[in-house]
Amino acid sequence: MTARMIDKVWTGIFYAVAAAVIGLLMFFFAVVLSKGAGFWQPEFLFGRPSNTQAGGGIGPQLINSFYMLVVTLLLSVPLSLGAGIYLAEYAKQGRIVGFIRLCLETMASLPSIVVGLFGLLAFVTLTGWGYTLLGGALAVTIINLPGLTRICETAILDVPANIKEGSLALGATRWQTLVKAVLPAAIPQIVTGVILSAGRIFGEAAVFIYTAGLTTPMLRWDADWGSQANPLNVFRPAETLTVHIWKLNSEGIVPDAKLIAAKSAAVLMVAVLLFNLAARLASSLLARHFSGGRRARRGRGERSKAA
Amino acid sequence: MHTKRRNRWLEEYIGRTFAVICGWLIVLITVTMIIFLAVKGIQSFTDSGLSLSDMLLSMQWDPNGTPPKYGALIFIVGSMLVSLGALLISAPIALALAIFMNFIAPKWFVSLLKPVLELLVGIPSVVYGWLGVTILVPLLREWFGGSGFSLLAGIIVLSMMILPTITSIAADALANVPMTYMEASYGLGSTRWQAISRVIVPAAKAGIATGVVLGLARAFGEALAVQMVIGNTIKLPSGLDSPTATLTSVLTMDMANTINGTPWNNALWTLALILLLISFFFIAVIRLVGPRKER
Repeated sequence: MTARMIDKVWTGIFYAVAAAVIGLLMFFFAVVLSKGAGFWQPEFLFGRPSNTQAGGGIGPQLINSFYMLVVTLLLSVPLSLGAGIYLAEYAKQGRIVGFIRLCLETMASLPSIVVGLFGLLAFVTLTGWGYTLLGGALAVTIINLPGLTRICETAILDVPANIKEGSLALGATRWQTLVKAVLPAAIPQIVTGVILSAGRIFGEAAVFIYTAGLTTPMLRWDADWGSQANPLNVFRPAETLTVHIWKLNSEGIVPDAKLIAAKSAAVLMVAVLLFNLAARLASSLLARHFSGGRRARRGRGERSKAA
Repeated sequence: MHTKRRNRWLEEYIGRTFAVICGWLIVLITVTMIIFLAVKGIQSFTDSGLSLSDMLLSMQWDPNGTPPKYGALIFIVGSMLVSLGALLISAPIALALAIFMNFIAPKWFVSLLKPVLELLVGIPSVVYGWLGVTILVPLLREWFGGSGFSLLAGIIVLSMMILPTITSIAADALANVPMTYMEASYGLGSTRWQAISRVIVPAAKAGIATGVVLGLARAFGEALAVQMVIGNTIKLPSGLDSPTATLTSVLTMDMANTINGTPWNNALWTLALILLLISFFFIAVIRLVGPRKER
């Protein structure tokens, strides 16, 4: 075979592999949505689960998942923004930053079940809280921190130096420059990153089994603040949607456990799709909103996002 | 004028302090995690009197027996087999995709492929597990007989989960190879495939290796999807179609059923510590093989 023929054959193989991966994703979506058909019905989405009879819903699990997401973002966004600012602006390159980066790397590569077990020690046993939503949020914050810190740091570093220099030249302090000039320019990238990480929090499961628990009390909106039945109480057990699917699969005794798992999986898939669309939308809208002829920079932002 | 200036510096001071605290919090959390898990993990040896060599080299895991036995070798081997198997399927496909995206695909195809990879990353692990249980396991049951819950099921599910990770890192590594390499190769009369396979890929091999190790690490630590399809039988697999158990799957199943402080519970914490040490090992490997970063 000539070199030219080999080249053609390999080109064909590459096209086939790429097409197969795209086909695989479409197949996944088709299976999940067809097996979980009917997941959009309100009595399923907002209904109470039932332990013994068929026809239960996933209302509390859905509430838990979203509430967990909100609490986690409230914890992890300020922390990772602060850490990102420190690494990008204040930290002197050297041994200390190297050590912090090593810690970030370590954190990022820990399996989520290991973080979940640490959560069991620290936020369940040591604090004496038992299984709580807050414990789950704290544990998943640990998982979320390294990625989000990296996103914030990169976004800040990607802001052109002349923006910063201009502000400093006008006599602003470093912090003023950061808050009033650098951060606004970095916001489109940060927001996109936060939304994508929100998708990951929503889909996380292993860490919640040991921190937020496998049960949810009967929730009532009119319950007292301190009561376990109050949906907004963070000191209550909170089984998330992902944990629910896992539990249905391993020890579900409801007659229609399979169908509930299928529908819940469909809800999760749609949520993943929506988070991705939202990230795309946010990045293009915000980029347009903040762009003052910085088109070249936006191109670079696109590339670093793919990383 | 005076107070205004003072406020400015106060603001600077507070802001800076906040940033420094956040930076150091990361160190604090990481170190605390390591210490907690290490303290808990060595209780098997300090409190329960188990021996390290039994734990690491024995295949007898029988916590209910008399005397109870806590050999973890089956789980360690199970984890290795399932993640190496996943890597064997995933790495070549990921490399092909990365090459395709960088050098071959037309723009519109890339803009189709990128969101697909992002979505594949975004699919929650329990959904992968669920897909495995509902599609893959029945299929394998038909082909090989048995229950369908098997090492192979775990390998296939994991290979899909780590594919996007390896692809995106390999793609970045390839994109960082200077275009002049490609041009020089063309200038010498090579075809595209020759340029890619003999110049570009070797030049990017450190980055590609990083992606592969990260994929391996991810596969090793994945818990629920594997636990759902691998069958969780405590014996070495006799073949690809036989069930086995991994470090993560036994932790997932048993941790909640054991009482704190008992030898069984302590042994499980030791498994968690082993998992932690293995992920340290992966970090060390990445630091060794990875490309030097500027910035």
